[in-house]
Amino acid sequence: MPTKLRLTREQIARRAAFELQDGDYVNLGWGIPNLIADHLPAGMTVYFHSENGILGMGRRAKPGEEDYDLVDAMKVPVTLVAGASFFHQADAHLMTRGGHLDAAILGAFQVSEKGDLANWKIPGAKGPGAIGGAMDIAVGAKKLIVCMEHTTREGVPKIVRLCNYPLTGLACVTTIVTDLAVIDVRGGQLVLREIAEGWTVAEVQVLTDAILIVPAGPVAKIRLV
Amino acid sequence: MKSKIYPSLEAVVADIPDGARIMFGGFGGAGFPNNLIQALERKGTKDIVAISNNCGTRDGELSVLFKHHRIRHVIAAFPGPHSYYFQEQFAAKEVTIELVPQGILCERMRAAAAGLLGFYSTVGVGTEVAEGKEERIIDGKRCILEMPIHADYAFIKAQQADELGNLTYRMAARNFNPIMAMAATTTIAEVEEIVRVGSIGPENVMTPGIFVRRICHAKGIRYAN
Repeated sequence: MPTKLRLTREQIARRAAFELQDGDYVNLGWGIPNLIADHLPAGMTVYFHSENGILGMGRRAKPGEEDYDLVDAMKVPVTLVAGASFFHQADAHLMTRGGHLDAAILGAFQVSEKGDLANWKIPGAKGPGAIGGAMDIAVGAKKLIVCMEHTTREGVPKIVRLCNYPLTGLACVTTIVTDLAVIDVRGGQLVLREIAEGWTVAEVQVLTDAILIVPAGPVAKIRLV
Repeated sequence: MKSKIYPSLEAVVADIPDGARIMFGGFGGAGFPNNLIQALERKGTKDIVAISNNCGTRDGELSVLFKHHRIRHVIAAFPGPHSYYFQEQFAAKEVTIELVPQGILCERMRAAAAGLLGFYSTVGVGTEVAEGKEERIIDGKRCILEMPIHADYAFIKAQQADELGNLTYRMAARNFNPIMAMAATTTIAEVEEIVRVGSIGPENVMTPGIFVRRICHAKGIRYAN
């Protein structure tokens, strides 16, 4: 069987961007979520929150334009949009934890069928792990979208019945966007919303440890435009 | 009135004893009190308990102290991918760490500043960070008791100080600095510029001088990685 095409990281980012609404305040995590700022649908304005204390973060700074007091949470020099503001770290996380953001988009090692999230530590790793703001974001996001590959490089499912990686938060994920599917977490179950072009529900289920609930009728293809 | 302005970096850290608990401001390369950190390394203070978002860059920020084995315990949210000296000493069990979710790290310091003896939070419930903490249910939600984090000293970086210790911060270099300034017994600010009393407008003061005991003028240092 020839290898079937999966979405690229950029396409996952583009698909996840469709989950946002015009005017939303949004926090983007490391990895694929960080690409979303470059893939917003035309005409949509979203205000990006950076956990180091910026609301209204703009594009990355061009060479020569960098100011190292103006960086994102990944330490990359960025710019501001009109109407941006700075605040201290406690207010930055008051916004995440207190439910003030419309959406947060994070990467993950695993998501469980109940929406448990694991994204801060690999079991057996030598180091202590790194939590950063993920646990605050996980409990406070009105909408928590996870962007990740459907399986590890070795083909092991990342959407699981129970996480065996250290947890970030319980029952916090609302939607999962992968290179194979868009899945909603509803009432402790995973509901398949869209699948990648050329894939069948059965093929995606084989690569998913948890049971996918499939609504009646044909499942939509992943929307990319 | 005794002046808060110290003549040198050496003088401003001269009395910091072995075993001191010290908060260090900074996030993502911005707002780090790198001159104070270097001065403390030169002074030779050891057995430090450090409270900081991360654990240093390749050779800079807290790595200046880790490199010389001056820190025995750290309370941090995100040790960071380039914190080699910390990672090495953690693996060798020379250094211990308490990992704290970033927003909760802020709030625990703020509790100390505010004279509060603890608070309940949903962040980290069901994860490793909840281990050993009192758990209860409030409003139908599982939550854990978080205790204040005090320090003997806070090392912070500000843009401007007047002679009374009123401070401003530049852009995202604000981050943890205002919170740590309030939470420590003795707050020491390294500042880019010292200005006359009255020249920072009252509405523009970001940290009121009541929180700042010592000020030292120093041109900021930034590390690349």
